[in-house]
Amino acid sequence: MSALLRVSDLTVEYDTLGGALRAVDGVSFTIAPGETVAIVGESGSGKSSIAHALLRLIPRASGRIAGGRIEFAGEDLAALPEHAMRRVRGARIGMIFQDPMMALNPVYTIGRQIAEPLLLHGSVPVRRAMDRVVELLTLVGVPAPEERIRQYPHNLSGGMRQRVMIAMALASGPRLLIADEPTTALDVTVQAQVLALVDELKARLGMAVLLITHDLAVVSEVAARVVVMYAGRKVEEGPVNEVFADPAHPYTRGLLAASDWSGDPRERLREIPGTVPALAELPEGCSFWPRCPDAEPRCRAARPAELASGARRASCVHAERIWRPS
Amino acid sequence: MTVQVASGVVSLWHRFRRNRAAVLGLAIMALIVLAAAFGPLLYPVDPFDMLGRPSTVPSQRFPLGTDVSGRDILAGLLHGARVSLLIGIAASLAATLVGLVVGALAGYFGGWLDAVLMRTTDFFLTIPSFVLAVLIVAIFQPSVLIITASIAVVSWPSVARLARAEFVSHQGRDYVDACRAMGMSNAEIMLRQILPNALPPVIVIASLMVATAILTESGLSFLGLGDPNIISWGYMIGVGRTVLRTAWWMSAIPGVTILITVLAINLVGEGLNEALNPRMRQR
Repeated sequence: MSALLRVSDLTVEYDTLGGALRAVDGVSFTIAPGETVAIVGESGSGKSSIAHALLRLIPRASGRIAGGRIEFAGEDLAALPEHAMRRVRGARIGMIFQDPMMALNPVYTIGRQIAEPLLLHGSVPVRRAMDRVVELLTLVGVPAPEERIRQYPHNLSGGMRQRVMIAMALASGPRLLIADEPTTALDVTVQAQVLALVDELKARLGMAVLLITHDLAVVSEVAARVVVMYAGRKVEEGPVNEVFADPAHPYTRGLLAASDWSGDPRERLREIPGTVPALAELPEGCSFWPRCPDAEPRCRAARPAELASGARRASCVHAERIWRPS
Repeated sequence: MTVQVASGVVSLWHRFRRNRAAVLGLAIMALIVLAAAFGPLLYPVDPFDMLGRPSTVPSQRFPLGTDVSGRDILAGLLHGARVSLLIGIAASLAATLVGLVVGALAGYFGGWLDAVLMRTTDFFLTIPSFVLAVLIVAIFQPSVLIITASIAVVSWPSVARLARAEFVSHQGRDYVDACRAMGMSNAEIMLRQILPNALPPVIVIASLMVATAILTESGLSFLGLGDPNIISWGYMIGVGRTVLRTAWWMSAIPGVTILITVLAINLVGEGLNEALNPRMRQR
């Protein structure tokens, strides 16, 4: 099956006083049509930078896509001129953001904001726009949509706002939805509703979803495949059930252990020792070795190659015995 | 849409009304505007005509007396109001427009464009504004247009800085990213998304700038740098200066008029600030 999105060797750099920092370093992954792929990692692992890079939203004054290809439906988005990129954004790739309060313009009504992408891409005539807005709000499960369209973002609850954001992202029927931490700012009960909604819409509209999150529970609920990021690099990738059942990279193992709540409640919370290194001070070789329980001298010597086994990938020397180089 | 705007104006008025001083300022402003608009029609005396004996005290024929050349002071006051308001408002509008464009471009795009525009702004801010205005008028012929332009040239930098600060803070917010993610162009985002958010503080600054512009214009014409064909309040003070000890009212009348006008505009600006400030809305 040919991929809808094929990211290869994507590198994103940000300028700092100390020189360029690689927030994303040679990351590759694919998304098939209709598939849900999750990118997980801690803060600063580069997962949000990937989301922004896909739509070329990295602020020009502070950073850039320094290398790699982003093939979407046969076109390389990384090389597309800006005006052509504008026709991709919103129309063929939609995006929802972490904090729906911040992602809505406080001075405009809900109806007007959802109508914006419709009119922008000319998908409906102006006089039909509000009917379509009501349809979209009904689709995302907002009750009494005819009244909501006249309200302002601050009149709505967090969950309702996120539904409005989703309606905006879906307005032009995108083939890929990028969800950047879509539930982080929401209550736990609302989180579940929003995730269920995204999942249902995905099936109904046949779009693919790229989910950016740090929440492994969310990943296991909705994603088919997972990409694990650490310090700007992809450390592991594979089908969610296989990766979670038998993680190949020590970092993935640490993440899963840290989020495992099934143990004795009196026991100390399990954690990965140490902290994520600053991008300016990445260690030589594998960037995880200073925190890795299985570190060996050769981990320091060179960056581990990516190894493959079936649909799975991992960049760790310890996977060598069972896996072959990809 | 029109319903939304109308209801916005109504609620703005409700918040504005809570500040009594601002309402008073608005009432005084309305009087001055009416006087400027209809005064010369209701009191049709040419302010440059020498009609009576020089330096007379207020009387039935000359309600506010005459100046050193025997010209009617009331006529001068009414005609001068037109000039002061016209120059004040036109200069503020021009300065606001220029400042908004410069600040928006600098704040939104950042990088080298920001550096170039803001260093230029800083350059203007380092020169004492009144001296620069005098210089510009002295180089060109003093006319209403040149005086307006000179005041605008010295006033835009403060708007530019404010607008830049607003655009910087908004361009980093998620809703701007969301707009870009749906394929909006930079121009659309700046004009239709950020501008409505950035406008309230700029409106306040612009309204206060009208007062400063009126003062600057008065200062220029006091120094004899006004348009010689048009009477203005500053010019009238300048004329009365030589006889300040014998006929103090000649300078005091236009002086107090300027004071009241500037005070009224400041009160309105203060009221607008409170009414437009989102933190005050919830009260």
